[in-house]
Amino acid sequence: MIERPAGAPDDVIVAEGRGSDVVCFPRPDQYVDLVRAWREDGFEVCVDLCAVDYLEHAGRWLPEGVKPTRFEVVVNLLSMSRRQRVRVRVQAGDEAPEVASLFSLYPGTEAMEREAFDLLGVVFTGHPDLTRILMPEDWEGHPLRKDYSVGRVPVQFKEAPGPR
Amino acid sequence: MSDPTVRVAERPDLLTAETSEGAQELQQRRDTAGSELGREVGSVVRLEGHAFDPSDVDVERRDDETMILNMGPSHPSTHGVLRIMIELDGEFILRAKPVIGYLHTGMEKTGEQLSYVQGGVNVTRMDYLSPVINELSFAMAVEALLDLEVPARAVWIRMMMAELNRMASHLVWMATNGMDVGSTTMMIFGFRERELILAFFEKTAGLRMNLNYVRPGGVAADLPDGWQDDVEVICDTVEERSYEYDQLLTGQPIFRERMVGVAPLTAEEALALSVTGPLLRSTGVAWDLRRTMPYLAYDEVDFDVIVGTYGDNFDRYAVRLNEIRESVRIVRQCLERMPAGDYRTQDPKVTPPPRARIGESMEALIHHFKLFTEGFRVPAGEVYSAVESPRGELGCYLVSDGGPKPYRLHVRGPSFVNLQAIPLLMRGGSMSDAITVISTVDPIMGEVDR
Repeated sequence: MIERPAGAPDDVIVAEGRGSDVVCFPRPDQYVDLVRAWREDGFEVCVDLCAVDYLEHAGRWLPEGVKPTRFEVVVNLLSMSRRQRVRVRVQAGDEAPEVASLFSLYPGTEAMEREAFDLLGVVFTGHPDLTRILMPEDWEGHPLRKDYSVGRVPVQFKEAPGPR
Repeated sequence: MSDPTVRVAERPDLLTAETSEGAQELQQRRDTAGSELGREVGSVVRLEGHAFDPSDVDVERRDDETMILNMGPSHPSTHGVLRIMIELDGEFILRAKPVIGYLHTGMEKTGEQLSYVQGGVNVTRMDYLSPVINELSFAMAVEALLDLEVPARAVWIRMMMAELNRMASHLVWMATNGMDVGSTTMMIFGFRERELILAFFEKTAGLRMNLNYVRPGGVAADLPDGWQDDVEVICDTVEERSYEYDQLLTGQPIFRERMVGVAPLTAEEALALSVTGPLLRSTGVAWDLRRTMPYLAYDEVDFDVIVGTYGDNFDRYAVRLNEIRESVRIVRQCLERMPAGDYRTQDPKVTPPPRARIGESMEALIHHFKLFTEGFRVPAGEVYSAVESPRGELGCYLVSDGGPKPYRLHVRGPSFVNLQAIPLLMRGGSMSDAITVISTVDPIMGEVDR
């Protein structure tokens, strides 16, 4: 049995990942409370935040009780005092993925959440400046989604000289 | 009389239409809410214990007293294509905002189209100053999913190459930082010593940069004959010359004026912004994955984790200079203790048959062909593997659906995250300090934009 932090919501599902990692599967409404509980438990740094589009791999393994959705947001927390990592995987939704922003807990997630929004279209409510970060502002679509195919946009160099 | 499509000064919308990044750019004060200003001066002020003082942001200043200056993306001191928009009051910086994406080539998407055999070619190009460490992070993630044990010699070769790469990367940093503060001598010195290391990489892997040397299961080739002599020369030269850099820079009054006490960062701010690497260690936090969460054989070698005190430019310089010396120490131990044996695993699932066998065995030829066209399958699952790159924690989050290609490859680039410290570090400083801030944060744009 893997211990949960003290203030965590009671029915969060916790599983053991590869190595010594702990993986938690909160519902979207438990997500921020759980991350806050981990933070108060000594996880000082939010190392990484990314999103995954499971459109073509819907049958992935998940512990019992977790309802899979197309999008998943994955957060990696690190405790320097305990030298331990925790991964939080939250099911973000199918059509319009949306989770709460971690900005007020870990300001360092600001750029990472913008990246997840830009490339996968996950909306982080409460984020102070949710704009595109890597793609141009007027870009249509979210390139890392699985239904966004490679080579969709023809490469056209402006005023390129013709063949010689 | 005037053609409405011609770009002239009277039509600023036409002038900026093709280059504007819209809301990603630094907005004028009159369009900027107080909360956004708060973010731009560093979101750290929102932290518990750091009371957010609205007057600190100085929202009342009128637009006509300040100037928004665009710096980059093509500016010699931005180390690539970093664009920083700066609001200036005279010579002093009120707000700064990095605008990135100019080198975005969709490498994470490309990674989903390439098999695990080909993946190294892709990830090695992300942080082009530390290719070996990029490959290492990817290879370790694949091996974790495969549950693959790597032979001892491969582990030690990886460790030695990674440390040589760290030396090369920090030498480039010393060189470019020297140039940013006006010491072209340091620029020449840094690249001169790096050349020794790159020549050894070429001898070992065939390429100077972007080696694709570390592969899932081991390394691509054994070390060349006489490698001990080459590495010995590199260690002796770099160590000796590192004291020359000391003489050249450390006590130099102009250099110290630019570095000491400029742009300090506290440990709380660094942790809140998820900053890692030399930037975090310069604030006094002794966090180095090689020591605190050892991978490869770092728990068997002797080295010190270098930490600073004030987190200013000078501490960041001192941490990197001393890390070069620590890397020399580790490489020397690799030289002494390099075990004999295989340089890659003998598991036929990931390792192709040797070249000599292909000429005489049909099965070996088929095996080789299948491995390089179709690749090997990796059990479904997800893993996060992190290594210490010269710039901080380089993480690789890999999701496999059981096929021969990664389902999702996410790379946690340390430069991308460290870049968030720039608005905080630049704030209140002068324009000339901004140059040294970019330099000492050491962003590699290939990794920032991926």
